[in-house]
Amino acid sequence: MIGGLFIYNHKGEVLISRVYRDDIGRNAVDAFRVNVIHARQQVRSPVTNIARTSFFHVKRSNIWLAAVTKQNVNAAMVFEFLYKMCDVMAAYFGKISEENIKNNFVLIYELLDEILDFGYPQNSETGALKTFITQQGIKSQHQTKEEQSQITSQVTGQIGWRREGIKYRRNELFLDVLESVNLLMSPQGQVLSAHVSGRVVMKSYLSGMPECKFGMNDKIVIEKQGKGTADETSKSGKQSIAIHDCTFHQCVRLSKFDSERSISFIPPDGEFELMRYRTTKDIILPFRVIPLVREVGHTKLEVKVVIKSNFKPSLLAQKIEVRIPTPLNTSGVQVICMKGKAKYKTSENAIVWKIKRMAGMKESQISAEIELLPTNDKKKWARPPISMNFEVPFAPSGLKVRYLKVFEPKLNYSDHDVIKWVRYIGRSGIYETRC
Amino acid sequence: MPAVSKGDGMRGLAVFISDIRNCKSKEAEIKRINKELANIRSKFKGDRALDGYSKKKYVCKLLFIFLLGHDIDFGHMEAVNLLSSNRYTEKQIGYLFISVLVNSNSELIRLINNAIKNDLASRNPTFMGLALHCIANVGSREMAEAFAGEIPRILVAGDTMDSVKQSAALCLLRLYRTSPDLVPMGDWTSRVVHLLNDQHLGVVTAATSLITTLAQKNPEEFKTSVSLAVSRLSRIVTSASTDLQDYTYYFVPAPWLSVKLLRLLQCYPPPDPAVRGRLTECLEAILNKAQEPPKSKKVQHSNAKNAVLFEAISLVIHHDSEPNLLVRACNQLGQFLQHRETNLRYLALESMCTLASSEFSHEAVKTHIETVINALKTERDVSVRQRAVDLLYAMCDRSNAQQIVAEMLSYLETADYSIREEIVLKVAILAEKYAVDYTWYVDTILNLIRIAGDYVSEEVWYRVIQIVINRDDVQGYAAKTVFEALQASACHENLVKVGGYILGEFGNLIAGDPRSSPLTQFHLLHSKFHLCSVPTRALLLSTYIKFVNLFPEVKGTIQDVLRSDSQLKNADVELQQRAVEYLRLSTVASTDILATVLEEMPPFPERESSILAKLKKKKGPSTVTDLEEAKRERSADVNGGPEPAPASTSAVSTPSPSADLLGLGAAPPAPAGPPPSSGGLLVDVFSDSPSAAAPLAPGSEDNFARFVCKNNGVLFENQLLQIGLKSEFRQNLGRMFIFYGNKTSTQFLNFTPTLICSDDLQANILGPTKPVDPAVDGGAQVQQAVNIECVSDFTEAPVLNIQFRYGGTFQNVSVKLPITLNKFFQPTEMASQDFFQRWKQLSNPQQEVQSIFKAKHPMDTEVTKAKIIGFGSALLEEVDPNPANFVGAGIIHTRTAQIGCLLRLEPNLQAQMYRLTLRTSRETVSQRLCELLSEQF
Repeated sequence: MIGGLFIYNHKGEVLISRVYRDDIGRNAVDAFRVNVIHARQQVRSPVTNIARTSFFHVKRSNIWLAAVTKQNVNAAMVFEFLYKMCDVMAAYFGKISEENIKNNFVLIYELLDEILDFGYPQNSETGALKTFITQQGIKSQHQTKEEQSQITSQVTGQIGWRREGIKYRRNELFLDVLESVNLLMSPQGQVLSAHVSGRVVMKSYLSGMPECKFGMNDKIVIEKQGKGTADETSKSGKQSIAIHDCTFHQCVRLSKFDSERSISFIPPDGEFELMRYRTTKDIILPFRVIPLVREVGHTKLEVKVVIKSNFKPSLLAQKIEVRIPTPLNTSGVQVICMKGKAKYKTSENAIVWKIKRMAGMKESQISAEIELLPTNDKKKWARPPISMNFEVPFAPSGLKVRYLKVFEPKLNYSDHDVIKWVRYIGRSGIYETRC
Repeated sequence: MPAVSKGDGMRGLAVFISDIRNCKSKEAEIKRINKELANIRSKFKGDRALDGYSKKKYVCKLLFIFLLGHDIDFGHMEAVNLLSSNRYTEKQIGYLFISVLVNSNSELIRLINNAIKNDLASRNPTFMGLALHCIANVGSREMAEAFAGEIPRILVAGDTMDSVKQSAALCLLRLYRTSPDLVPMGDWTSRVVHLLNDQHLGVVTAATSLITTLAQKNPEEFKTSVSLAVSRLSRIVTSASTDLQDYTYYFVPAPWLSVKLLRLLQCYPPPDPAVRGRLTECLEAILNKAQEPPKSKKVQHSNAKNAVLFEAISLVIHHDSEPNLLVRACNQLGQFLQHRETNLRYLALESMCTLASSEFSHEAVKTHIETVINALKTERDVSVRQRAVDLLYAMCDRSNAQQIVAEMLSYLETADYSIREEIVLKVAILAEKYAVDYTWYVDTILNLIRIAGDYVSEEVWYRVIQIVINRDDVQGYAAKTVFEALQASACHENLVKVGGYILGEFGNLIAGDPRSSPLTQFHLLHSKFHLCSVPTRALLLSTYIKFVNLFPEVKGTIQDVLRSDSQLKNADVELQQRAVEYLRLSTVASTDILATVLEEMPPFPERESSILAKLKKKKGPSTVTDLEEAKRERSADVNGGPEPAPASTSAVSTPSPSADLLGLGAAPPAPAGPPPSSGGLLVDVFSDSPSAAAPLAPGSEDNFARFVCKNNGVLFENQLLQIGLKSEFRQNLGRMFIFYGNKTSTQFLNFTPTLICSDDLQANILGPTKPVDPAVDGGAQVQQAVNIECVSDFTEAPVLNIQFRYGGTFQNVSVKLPITLNKFFQPTEMASQDFFQRWKQLSNPQQEVQSIFKAKHPMDTEVTKAKIIGFGSALLEEVDPNPANFVGAGIIHTRTAQIGCLLRLEPNLQAQMYRLTLRTSRETVSQRLCELLSEQF
């Protein structure tokens, strides 16, 4: 189990230090600082073992969160807890920065007391926490004795993530499908590896204890239904997607998913992540990058890069950025591009080409002349891949939300009364093309 | 040296450095550096030529980035350009960049060397200095190749400035240290020596360092430096002169130079009397000064003074010729023994260790024994205590041995763990070496085992047993003491080992006392049995079987113990085997046989103490040995140690109740005593190499016989050495290759094989032998060729005697070299008629020799045929009317004569007998051949 938890700033100064078990001493704080933070990126593994003590760390901007233990713990559990902890802190005071942590340290200690008990993770659901840890930004509601007792029963009860008696005038819910698409492509346009990792995030403002059912174009479900009518199978066969693996929020009834593959749940109030998934097949690649690099003698390099958008012309991609790495001995760069702006960024050793918007089925190109300085090193330039960033308004995995049904047996509103919003956002993960 | 002026500070560089320092994260730093690198690249690429200032600035930035740990792969050219600048700062940065970043890049090295050459040739002393510093800082082989010839010239040139000379001397020193083969010795050496008289302190000091290093390799070339150094030293040290009085450091005149001069003098033996007088004067002056009250309370003053003093003392010790000075040095060091400064105490003890080995000062050192013992007890610093132990060891002799050993033993109880083992070894050695009374020795060692049993190595207790066994007078006492010691409730395993061994041998000596009756002894030992490790248990089992012999009355008890399941079915194969064999031995063998087999151990052959060898190994070879040798010489007459044991082949005869016993039946055919395979336990004691006088190595007679009929094979083999043979003979000439294989991993030293022939043999055979290399590496094989000529017939075989030094011990092996008369056989084919014709011709009774003998080997026709052919004669088929008989013919060639031989071998299968008949033209030949051949069947 977790023996202690420390938060450091970028210099390695301790901002928060909470020790849960006796086997972790104060010197563990220094050990992590000296061996990991001050090692200046020499340590890249998130798990470090120093003197039979394990340090699990995550980094948020310039802040280091480290969980320490001397025992043989489940590393995945520790990281899950650390991520959860980040979410909780973000929900309480926004961005995790040195300043925010310093301003909220009382709150953080209070949270730590609540979500980690003798090193065992406890209920870390923001919605639940906010009912009884009320500091600063969180309005302290006037709590009656009944409400207080309700907190206990809720936190210890079966549905720990939602309290009873929530009432909204307008029952509304928002569903976001957020995906990031990763790609590695050869210069000839061959896909070397590609996958999409996606999340379904839900924001619910629903009264009572609603029972929800979520449906999407999961291949297995579609095929099961389609057994009756072969006709439908052939029609929707293309549209269904094969989900490689997925995880759910704790509110989802896993037994039902296992038996019927239907996703039913009582949602927490407010924002939460309903599920996470990954697909590897039939990915729609929104952009194609065609590089052309020519070495002219020892001191010159000509680069031409064409990008083609590959989706419906009616859709618009945004925030497009192409990053073309330059050799380490570049002494000067001239760039010409048809669209957007391009610049040689010396501090990053790359040409960065930005386009604000681009419609589907279009193409654009950039050409650059790179002057090189002759060097002593006989090492050839490694030619790192060209990477790309963008945002598109569809799911590259092909995922579609088929329905989200809400049933509330006690209160008198039905599925039709709930206002539902669905949005798809596809972003680039590591989207690279070799050149 | 021109300082960097204020206006010359590079603002851009300062800004860049402060930017980097302000970076919050590694990423930010990398970004800033990338930006700067791109900027510098574009600047270097730019068409406009950069001025010296900006070039310097960018090179500085590159240097800074490099020192932050990033790779720099450009800018070298710009740095080299800076070298040719005329401004000091630019040149300096250029050199700095090059000494930090230079690698053996072929094109640039040429340019750099060129620039350095130019600077060396310039008359500007600062430029020359920069160039010399660069050469020294890089100090690579390439640099040495390019400039090793140049620098001595600068060093001895008359018009070179002092500072440059100083740099040149140090630069040359550095080059000499990296690649001594490239620095040529020449006529400059004599002129360098005269730099010792230079007026400039820097030059003299640098030159002294250089000369000291050079003189260590080439003492002859720099011999003249001795008198110069002495005179220089006397000018500095003696109060009358005023040499270098400007360079006093806290009232000590030129301490560094003095130290270096004294160290230079340590490269040479004491100088001739004229110079020596002056040197003695200097040394006395230094010792006198040490007695004066300090002129300053500052630590620098005493440090400088003591540095000179200690160096002077080491010179005195090095010369080891002035008793007066040695004693004074010793007294001086004695004062330091109680000094406040830990470092001084340490140094004093260390120097005293060397003083103790000098015959002149040994007595003087001994007077400080109380202080040293006190230091051992009260000193806080463990390294100083260690030195104190060393010194006590060094100053020990017969007169104070008892005291010192007692003190060391009492200290051992509280000693630091890191030095315990060493102290144990030292106590063991001292106790043995200076033992007047062996009961004292036994007491001491038992005490040692009691106090620090864990640190007592195998060698120590082996040694006790060797000594007890070799000295009759102490055996009874040892048995009694051991018995008493074993009665302690908890005793160390090593004590059990010693006890088991000694009681097994000499338990009978104390059996008369009812308190230590045989049964009590046995029960005492057996009570420890279950607490011991396997090797000890094995040893105890041997003890029990010895008890069976010593005390027949406990036989039943012991047999019960051996018969118990925990012994007979022990999981450890060694214990099980011993139990089974001993049990069998005790039931089957008669008292007489038991008495023979389990006889008391014979005395061990004397050899170098294995403990001493171990101590040497611990200390590294050089340090202790000198001391040891010196002590050995002194103490040789004091105590000859135990008398040398009568030479015997103890290794073979002692321990194993082998062949005849096993013939009795049941036991498996492995030696029942301590088998050689049982690992280190007893082997060290038993398996000494064949003893010093070296009669023929065991088994060599056997091998000799085998070689009568063959020419190649292994002649001799023991644990250390293997001797192989390969030989060929034609007519009366032969050539034999002897291969000596070192089977161990250590080198044999003084390896000398010699051929010993009796006089008439010498005349009869033998040509020259070629000598072999005296050192044989571990695992290596050397070869020796022997040319042989047979002059006339002979009977004896030459003996090959091999002597070598293995580890510390001297080994001696003798084997008969199988050169026999039959080797010079030339087979002759002849028909039946011819054979019988000649057979009849040789009918003279002296010419025929006949022998009838029993077959030693199975009578196999093919084998016999092969043997006759191997013997050298031709095998003639279908000659004898009886096909079962073998007939051979041949001619023996000697230088003077050829001797025809005919032989006939008649086997008798029923009687398992042979009849061998030989007819030759010479009687002696017949005789000898018959002897040789009859051995074969």
